[in-house]
Parts: sequence; structure tokens; C-alpha cells
Amino acid sequence: MPHVEFHNIVKRFGRVTVLEDLNLRVEDGEFLVLLGPSGCGKTTLLNMLAGLQEVTEGSIVIGGRDVTDLDPKDRGLAMVFQSYALYPTKTVRGNLKFGLSAQKLDRSEIERRVQWAAKLLQIDRLLDRKPAQLSGGQRQRVAIGRALVKNVDVFLFDEPLSNLDAKLRTEMRLEIKRLHQELAKTIVFVTHDQVEAMTMATRIAVMDAGVIQQIATPDEIYERPANLFVARFIGSPAMNTLKTTAVRKNGCIGAVHAPTGVHMDLSAYPFLAQPRDGDPLVIGLRPEHFTIGCDARGDVGARFSLPVRYTEKNGSDVTAFVDSADGELIAVRFDHKHHHVPKTGDVVEIHFPKDRFDVFDAVSEKRI
Amino acid sequence: MSAVAASAAIPVSRARRRKRIRGSSIAILVFLTMCAAFVSLPLYVVIVTSFKTMEQIALGEVFALPTEWTIEPWRMAWSEVCAGMTCEGVSHGFWVSMKILFPSLLLSIGISAVTGYALALWKIRWAGTFLFVLFLCAFVPFQIIMIPLVLLISSLGIFGTIWAVAIVHSILAMPLLTLIFRNFYKDVPEEIINAAIMDCGSFWRIFFEIILPMSANIMIVVLILMITTVWNDYLIGLIFGGVGTQPMTVILANTVITSFGVVKYNVDMAAALLTAIPPLIVYFALGKFFVQGITAGAIKG
Repeated sequence: MPHVEFHNIVKRFGRVTVLEDLNLRVEDGEFLVLLGPSGCGKTTLLNMLAGLQEVTEGSIVIGGRDVTDLDPKDRGLAMVFQSYALYPTKTVRGNLKFGLSAQKLDRSEIERRVQWAAKLLQIDRLLDRKPAQLSGGQRQRVAIGRALVKNVDVFLFDEPLSNLDAKLRTEMRLEIKRLHQELAKTIVFVTHDQVEAMTMATRIAVMDAGVIQQIATPDEIYERPANLFVARFIGSPAMNTLKTTAVRKNGCIGAVHAPTGVHMDLSAYPFLAQPRDGDPLVIGLRPEHFTIGCDARGDVGARFSLPVRYTEKNGSDVTAFVDSADGELIAVRFDHKHHHVPKTGDVVEIHFPKDRFDVFDAVSEKRI
Repeated sequence: MSAVAASAAIPVSRARRRKRIRGSSIAILVFLTMCAAFVSLPLYVVIVTSFKTMEQIALGEVFALPTEWTIEPWRMAWSEVCAGMTCEGVSHGFWVSMKILFPSLLLSIGISAVTGYALALWKIRWAGTFLFVLFLCAFVPFQIIMIPLVLLISSLGIFGTIWAVAIVHSILAMPLLTLIFRNFYKDVPEEIINAAIMDCGSFWRIFFEIILPMSANIMIVVLILMITTVWNDYLIGLIFGGVGTQPMTVILANTVITSFGVVKYNVDMAAALLTAIPPLIVYFALGKFFVQGITAGAIKG
């Protein structure tokens, strides 16, 4: 069964190295999302897998077969592009059939597959239209259909939802997830949108500057980010990161945030490596783990009293940005049904539970 | 107060408008009228003369309308007038020009479309250098390579045939047409060609099934360009065409030059108009296709 492996991939454009010694394994039936900011090399990696760009060094293996030097059409892949890339002069049916007639398939088999994909994507009434006569969402369905009819085991998606409006994007997200569950094919999906990654992926590979920062399930990425980049990249609003100094007292480990003088109790944190007294640490605090006002639980790990700078309402919840005394803002998210919304300038008391900290080494930026 | 202000404001704006009309725009209008007259007056003379009888032409009033309209000069120009030793009108030249036109169009457009497609959409080694050389070739005057080209064509054994004229036309048009096609195909979205490469991968299938159907607009531009060039050419037809395979322009020139006795201006004018009409028909017939969009619906729109 087809799993995809990248072995020691190097990619250079002239003197610029985009990817350096990258290794990655995509399991069979997995929905792997390559997530990262623009320019991190995720699309380059996908294009190399597709065969649209050459690999400078290293090899790519699909289902045990080395495809590094194979033509794109011989790799057993199908790809969905960001701009849909439909053939403008062909009808929807022609778009779906083009790849199949090139494979010299039987006419009845081609027709059967086109009908199957059209039905699956609910575009069967549009088969005789030209792309210009379709809406954005319909074009995207046709683009997905064109990939589906090829009946391959690995599908590649290059930011396919970024041209759609917010509502359609949500719909297509569910659609693609449903297709993955129904067809049980391997999917490699490139995006810069963390919501897409978190909702669809079985595993996420977070990339930055040509390096895979962390590869894990969405929950793992969210709960236990491997380094500061991942911690800050995932989550909206982003995780608060405070520069602190480690303090050891009576065998208990804590951290002190100098500008506010707040002491954080890290005794419940499962350290991979114990910090020494005085080590610089970066503490990560997810905005939604804060509690506000008087309903603090018994396991408080840090307690802040800070003035509110801004508040943002977002229907179901409120994000308050409080001043952390060194010019940075701490985002605090809470449910506004149970609290009154603090006004700008109000000093609020916020608490953070001691089992929810993320602790990073300030020098290596890695989780400790 | 406000009424006074309003009535005062109106003359000001009027004065400004009048000033603009009287200013440089009059000079521009005069210049444009002169330009138009420069082209249209001779054309007017040619057209009215071709419908006049020789008796009226002898009076010398070139701008007068025909007193008696006649199509006799047109009939003579088409089928009877003498060019050199043969007296079969310009009709023979018309059919020769047609026979030259179609192979020229097919060869030049076919080869340069495929070359432009390859240069624009496929990763080809030295493509940049090749383009630069083509660019240079487009600027080499025909007169410089005329004699070597005659030697080359006669060594192929086709000198003096329709094919010689057609092939020379195709070769000379190739650099410019290839550049035009290449620049057009450069604007085809990269993702479309990538999708086609993943779907099929065949150079020719992608060209014929995806790219060629998208090329209607540029094809029309190039068609008009080539038809006009080939039809209006005189020098290549004169040099490479043999007896009986000379295009219409050459026949026309011979007709005008070799008139005996009284010069039949009306027949000459009619012959000239007959020669000029085909490119005009092409302009009018194909012009309306210019405006249609090409990649409509292919990508996010």
C-alpha cells in the first residue's frame, strides 16, 4: 500500500537553499497537512512530490517505488491546484476525461468514473458547462473531481481553499474531510491556514524556513508544541509567551516574570529536562486557559492583576488584551455569558491553571 | 446673493470651455483632417477613376465623379489586360497569390505556434539564448540575405515555383511569429500547464487539446498579419516566382509598366483595387473576434 517517503531531500534554486536534508514519511491513508507561513518550502516540497520541480538531492519513494526521476504522470498521483487550473475551453466532462483518455482507458470505464465522481461531488448537472459558467465553489469541486477520476492512491492539494470565501471554505473543508473518510486515500495537503490544518489533518507537519519543526497529530501540536515557533504559529489568538527566569525553592520549580513580578508555579509541569536556578525560560500561556475574576479553581499556577487595553468580541466569546507591563499584551479569552465584559482601563484579576503551562528554553526555543 | 453668485459662475465655466475648444484642439483637428485627406483623397481618385470611361479621363478632371459609370475597366483588369507577353488579366495572379498564401500560412503559423508553445511552457535548455537569437533575426533586413537565399532555394530545386515563394515567406516570418506566440503562451497560467502535465504529459496532446483551443485570439492576430504581409509582398514574389508563378502584385506592376499606346488609367486603377481588396476583406471578417477573452473561467475570476 502506498506510503510516501522523502529521503534527505535537498532543494536549491541557484545558490539559494530552500530545503536542507528533509526527511518525512506519510503513512498510507493518512491526511497529512503541510502547514507553515509563505516561503517556508511547503509548496516546493509538494511540487517535488508531484514531479513538477526537480529534486536537487535525495529521493522520493511512493509505495516502495523510487519515483525521483519519473515523469509526473507516471507517479500515480493526482493534484488539486490553488487556482483550480481548469482547462478553459473544455466542458466539465472534458476536464474530467482529459487525464483518463490520456491513459487509454476503455470508453465505458471513463464514462463510469466521470459519473461516479460527478455524483460524489454533486456536479452531475454541470457536466456540459464550461468553467466560465461555474461559480468558485463549483470550479473547486470540478478540480477535485478531476483528481478523483484518476483513481490514484495519493492526492495532493495545494492550498485549494484559499480562493474561496469564508462560508464556502468551511463547506469544502467538510467535503474534503468526508471524501478522505469515504475513499481512505493518502492525502498531502498544503496550507498556511491553521484552521484547515487543525480540522482536517490526521497529522500536521509544521514547517518553517525549510525545516519541519514538528510533525504530530493536531491535538499533540496544540497541546504540546515542540518549540516556540509551533507554539506561536498554532492557535488564534496566538499563545502568550512570557520571558521569565527559573526559580528553585525547596525543591519546587517556579518562574518569575520580572516586569509584573508574578511567580508561576511549575510544580505540575512534566519537565523533559529540569532547568537550573536562574535559567531563562519562556512560558507559554494559551489565551483560553485563563480564568477571569473570582471563579478561580484550586490549582492556580499564576495570578495576574493587569489593566485591560482592548477587548474583542467574537460572538460566543471575548478576547481581552491586558498589558503585561513590558509593552507586550497578554490575550485572555473567556466566555462572555458568564462574565461581564471588562472595559478598557479596568484592572482585572486573571488566573492560569498550573497544569496548563508550556515551558520552553529561552536560548534553544525548544520545549523542555 | 446666491443667485448673483450662480449667474456669475455660469459665464466663467462657459468661457473656460470655449477657450479649450479654441486652443490646441483646433490645431489637432486640422492636423488630423490633413492626415485623413492625405490617405483618402488619392483613394477617392483611384476609386472614381476606375469607374470612368477613357473619354472622361482624357478631360483631366481627376476629382470629378464619373459622368457615366462603367464596370468595363474592372472586367478588363480582371480577365483581359496584358502583363508582359500574356494577356489574361490579373486573375491569374490572384490564383497564384492564393496558392502561395495557404502553404505560407500553414507552414509559418504551424511551426512558430509549436515553437512558441515549447519555449513558453516547457523547461527547455538555452531557451533564453534561443529567444535572443530569434529576436536578432527578426531585425535582419531581407535584402541582406536575398542572394544566399536564392542560391539555397535553387539548390533545393524548387526555384521559380510556388513552393519557393511560400517557403521563403514562412522562413522570414518565423522569428517574429515565434516571439508573438511565445509571449502569448507565457501568459497561460502555470497551474494549467502543470495540471495538464500531471494529467497526460504528452507534449503534442497538451498542445492540440489544451493550448491550441485557447489560442483563437492570437491566431486571428497572426492570420491578419501574415495574410497582409504575404499578399502585399512584391520583392519575394518577383525574385523567387518564375514565369506563371508570379503573385498578383508582380502581375499588377507588369500591367501598369507595360501598357502600350494610351495608358488605360481606369484599368490600372481597377487592377490595383482588385489586388488590394482581399486583405481588406480579411480585416473586416476577422476584426470582431479580437475582443473575446481567452482564459475566461480557467482560473479564479
